[in-house]
Amino acid sequence: MSAETWVIARFTVLMALLATTLVLPPAIAIGWLLARKRFPGKALVETIASLPLVLPPVATGLLLLWLFGRRSPVGQALDAIGIEVIFTWKAVVLSMMVISFPLVARSVRAGIEQVDRRYEDLAATLGAGSFRILRTITLPLASRGIAAGAVLGFSRALGEFGATIMVAGAIPGRTRTLAVGIYTLVETGREDAAWSLLVVSALLAFGAIYVSNRLVGQKGGV
Amino acid sequence: MIDLSIDITMRQGDFVLSVRDAASVEVLGVFGPSGSGKTSLLEAIAGIRHPDEGEIRVGDRVLYSSAKKIDLPARERRIGYVPQDALLFPNLDVTGNINYGKHAAGDFESLVKILDLQSLLDRRVKMLSGGEKQRVAIARALMTRPSILLLDEPLAGIDRERRDVILPYILRIRKELRVPLIYVTHDEAELNSIADRVLRLPR
Repeated sequence: MSAETWVIARFTVLMALLATTLVLPPAIAIGWLLARKRFPGKALVETIASLPLVLPPVATGLLLLWLFGRRSPVGQALDAIGIEVIFTWKAVVLSMMVISFPLVARSVRAGIEQVDRRYEDLAATLGAGSFRILRTITLPLASRGIAAGAVLGFSRALGEFGATIMVAGAIPGRTRTLAVGIYTLVETGREDAAWSLLVVSALLAFGAIYVSNRLVGQKGGV
Repeated sequence: MIDLSIDITMRQGDFVLSVRDAASVEVLGVFGPSGSGKTSLLEAIAGIRHPDEGEIRVGDRVLYSSAKKIDLPARERRIGYVPQDALLFPNLDVTGNINYGKHAAGDFESLVKILDLQSLLDRRVKMLSGGEKQRVAIARALMTRPSILLLDEPLAGIDRERRDVILPYILRIRKELRVPLIYVTHDEAELNSIADRVLRLPR
């Protein structure tokens, strides 16, 4: 593996790991809300949470570019405290998070829906409040769905291209990921280098699918 | 002894459960055929299910009253509930299950002794027999020092010849801990051996 391939592969894996870690808490919160609560506007939350799944990633990227750009209030507020997002590694993580969010939230929701609610009801009769029940009963019993969601989100983050190229660009050594790297290398006529990135991508995808299938396929209790 | 007053109506589709009973009891037996609403009644007392109207009072506490707009959440009722399938938390071991109760104010050692659980404490829930699961679930409920203990057909999942392994424990709880019980069953013989008053639910 060339030094360039190694740098890009390591950067991509690190960013995808960080994105998966950061996306889990909000995905668990939304997955739990959708699985267990009835509230006005639930259908709207459901739709918004699934939007990045159906919108072209490039369009999502454009939205992020607008939201975190210097002309938007969010971008200006971040700029005021010295945080620059666009065309940095933070934009890479942000794109990966937004694009993988629906997959993780859906998997968490499915995992929680499979937990027998009677366990939660019984925990309440023992004096436990909602948060304690979530932490000690619901999430541990839904752990396989959550882990499967994390692996799925990580895999999606590894392959993220459209949104990343819009908000993070393809700066070598700074924002260039595997998917973006393959594209830019082919564009500049360096197909050999692109092929070695492809091999790394395929190996990572193979590993992620293997782990995901193992998690989903496991039988028996916790 | 505890004063118990139940006067509720619950609708589930076409089925209407209407219960009216008031008494001072040590062990109230609830008797009725399958589908007569026995479990629904226990769940209403525990705060898991909500009646359509009426009032539930245990001792001097009103747990539910449609007229006074009171509906205490399950976690504040201090009602011990042992469902028919015990519902032990599969992610916790036996000790973890017994200690789950928020206040866990009960005397762990004496409960373990009364219910004969010493040899089971480190076991995973999956490794327990039906009778062992029931005893652990009873200990878990009693650890919260409930004002009353609800037992939903505790012998239903146990072979007839092995029922002796659980009934004596229930009688010991009644005698040694003096916790009032509501005992649901569809077996008349069981009722005669334990209840001092019987509430019959029609089909």
